[in-house]
Amino acid sequence: MLEFPRWKVTLLWLIVAIGVLLSIPSLISSTPLAGHWPKFLPQYKINLGLDLAGGSHLLLEADARDALKLRLQSMEDAVQTELRHDPRIDVGDISTSGGRISFMVRNPTQVDAAVERLRKLTQPVGLTGNRDWDVQVVDSTRVVLTPTQSGTIQTMKDAMSVARDVVRRRIDPGGTKEITVVTEGNNRILVEVPGTDNPEELKALIGQTARLEFKLVDLAADPEAVRQGRAPPGSQVLPLADGTGFMAVKRRVMVSGDQLTDAKQSFDQNNQPDIDITFNTAGARRFGRVTQENVGKPFAIILDDKILSAPNINEPILGGRAQISGNFTVKSAHDLAVSLSSGKLPVKLNVIEERSIGPDLGTDSIHKGALASVVGVAGVIIFMLVTYGRFGVYANIALVVNAFLILGIMAMFNATLTLPGIAGFILTIGAAVDANVLINERIREELRRGRRILDAVDTGYKEAMRAIFDANVTHVISASIMAYFGSGPVRGFAVVLLIGVVTSVFTAVYFTRMLVALYLHRVRPRALHI
Amino acid sequence: MKLLKLVPENTNLDFMRWRNVALILSLIATVVSISYTVYRGLNLGVDFVGGQLIRVSFSQPVDVERLRAQVDSLHLGEASISEFGGPKTFQIRLPKPPGDASAANSVAEHVKAEVEKDYPGAKIESVDTVSGKVSAELADNSALAIALAMLGIALYIWFRFEWQFGVGALLTLGHDVAMTLGFFAFTRLQVDLNVVAAFLTIVGYSLNDTVVIYDRIREDLRKYRKMAILPLINLSLNETLARTVVTSLTVLIALGVLMLIGPEVIFGLAIAIFLGVLIGTYSSIYISAPVLVWLGVKPDSFLKTDEKDEAPNAKAAV
Repeated sequence: MLEFPRWKVTLLWLIVAIGVLLSIPSLISSTPLAGHWPKFLPQYKINLGLDLAGGSHLLLEADARDALKLRLQSMEDAVQTELRHDPRIDVGDISTSGGRISFMVRNPTQVDAAVERLRKLTQPVGLTGNRDWDVQVVDSTRVVLTPTQSGTIQTMKDAMSVARDVVRRRIDPGGTKEITVVTEGNNRILVEVPGTDNPEELKALIGQTARLEFKLVDLAADPEAVRQGRAPPGSQVLPLADGTGFMAVKRRVMVSGDQLTDAKQSFDQNNQPDIDITFNTAGARRFGRVTQENVGKPFAIILDDKILSAPNINEPILGGRAQISGNFTVKSAHDLAVSLSSGKLPVKLNVIEERSIGPDLGTDSIHKGALASVVGVAGVIIFMLVTYGRFGVYANIALVVNAFLILGIMAMFNATLTLPGIAGFILTIGAAVDANVLINERIREELRRGRRILDAVDTGYKEAMRAIFDANVTHVISASIMAYFGSGPVRGFAVVLLIGVVTSVFTAVYFTRMLVALYLHRVRPRALHI
Repeated sequence: MKLLKLVPENTNLDFMRWRNVALILSLIATVVSISYTVYRGLNLGVDFVGGQLIRVSFSQPVDVERLRAQVDSLHLGEASISEFGGPKTFQIRLPKPPGDASAANSVAEHVKAEVEKDYPGAKIESVDTVSGKVSAELADNSALAIALAMLGIALYIWFRFEWQFGVGALLTLGHDVAMTLGFFAFTRLQVDLNVVAAFLTIVGYSLNDTVVIYDRIREDLRKYRKMAILPLINLSLNETLARTVVTSLTVLIALGVLMLIGPEVIFGLAIAIFLGVLIGTYSSIYISAPVLVWLGVKPDSFLKTDEKDEAPNAKAAV
């Protein structure tokens, strides 16, 4: 056990050297030395968690009801458009109550034709063999479309992945910031933005669905009925954004925000902030045609089901460009422009958890954490030295190497150091020497029993190994559970503990054994001072 | 250099003489601790009950009462304000507002505006907003994680040793966690996610000592087959005593430093682990070991399986 061939010694020192090299960029990153680190050496760096770097953590939850409502609406639109293609099919009494779309086919002979057309609208869901909508005929003339379970799940899934991309584009239009936007579970999105000190702006950007629609105003609607919320068939009543009343607009969408290529904040002729939008080719053509057909009539600009404004169409708008005005400030116009150009959110997102840490608190934590680490390590080193002498020195060398290895491995895997992670680091330092304590105490014991030096050291390492192994497995169990259940900072703690278990077994057992073996071979002491 | 020996060589303390007294005292302490925790409740942070926690630092010391009056004047519900690490930093805790999440956002804005208006130079250091939904999940997950960790470790000990040892480990863990809970209930220290991380750590580390002692008991059981169980456990405890003391001290040194000069945000975590290590050291001697006596472990009670399992080891040790 105490034989260390040259290749083994070289290998162990190599591992240590690599660990030290890997950890240095992280250690000097905030000092003037950072620029002097040679480029040909590893550049890996440890990430700082939000609690250390400062920043915002937002957990967003999709409003599932909102998503399903939108799905129902768009299916209803699709159904109406589809049935209009066949003038023979005459339908009436359309309803969307109870989450289903149902309508009557007035001519019973056309029921099959209607069903046939609608079946084509439904989509197969992945490999499940199901379709996203169920089309049924009830009472021989009524057609009912029911969303299927797998279709609903798929819709949510698609909505979440679109929402994730939209959120990312809104927060980071340039795609240059180191932000995290990931979906969690079925209906959540986690957003982490380091270094921001204005979480409110983030929330303003995410908070708007930004569903922009242009619809014609229904001039035929009776104002009294509109006040009561009733609209003629084919129209709907929507509130004005400034809260001053309601207006009836045609249900049919002239053109929507999906057909935008760009949106920018700008100023109108009265120097009020507005938003310049540009349509894509299809959108521009459609907008041009509808405005041409409706010159002199008003149309409504609708954002998230609220009417921003309802200007008159003075002349056909053919260039595919338009201005949106409404009571904007420069900032709200800018935010809306960003939201519009990044696309609408397919589902409303609510902030269900927010944690924002200012950069100063993080810096303060790093300083205090670093100081505590240094003092803590120094305390342990002195204690080990006075307790075990030469063997304490070996344990201490192992301890320092261990610290470098933990940092090095964290840097290599680009792991995130959090504030509890610093505590995990200190704890690992304190506990890592446990292996050496076990070994050294065992060696003392074996010497007392009268064993020869080599034998005592050998037995000490061997017998202590079992307890070291079992103790470390218990740490791995609790740290893994922590890593699995914990979020953000706590996971950072668990990661440090896990890495620490591995490195401390390496340094405290193998590395010190090599140091001890080399000493015993070189000096061949008559008595061990331990 | 004369080396420090905290524990003299060849100690022969009769730990097991006090085992019944210690067990009864531990049992009483555990029951008291749990009942007190249930009766008084824990001071749960916003992580587990929802609400908002706003940390503000001021450029000069401020009067808490005045700050309280100002926050109360916003009518945002019952605010609790406490000093945090010094007279210039405070944490303001607000209940979760009724209604949706956007209501919570405006609350933070209100407080921020008010504070920045009245105290020039004041800075919002951090804002935590947790909705009722998330806090309920965090609470459930935390409880589940602690229970799973305890069970997982007990199962591992059972697998590596014998069922009696597994039961001993589980009881030891239960005792340690209960005592630490009682401490948090008594001191009204806030329990947040970090403290849960501390509990999980305690579950791992308080068993450290127990594992070492169990390992030695198993070894001695094999070595001294004729010895009665009580003297044998005493022997094992004495043999490992020096290690128990030295290790606990190194961990306590490291954690003590963290507690005293480390960042305030993780004070709860540091003190919980510090305490857990202390309690764990006690319980590894006075709970883990005597439980084995109670469960009737004898040198011959698990010889058969042992000889099978440990045969390669035993050969190597010769």
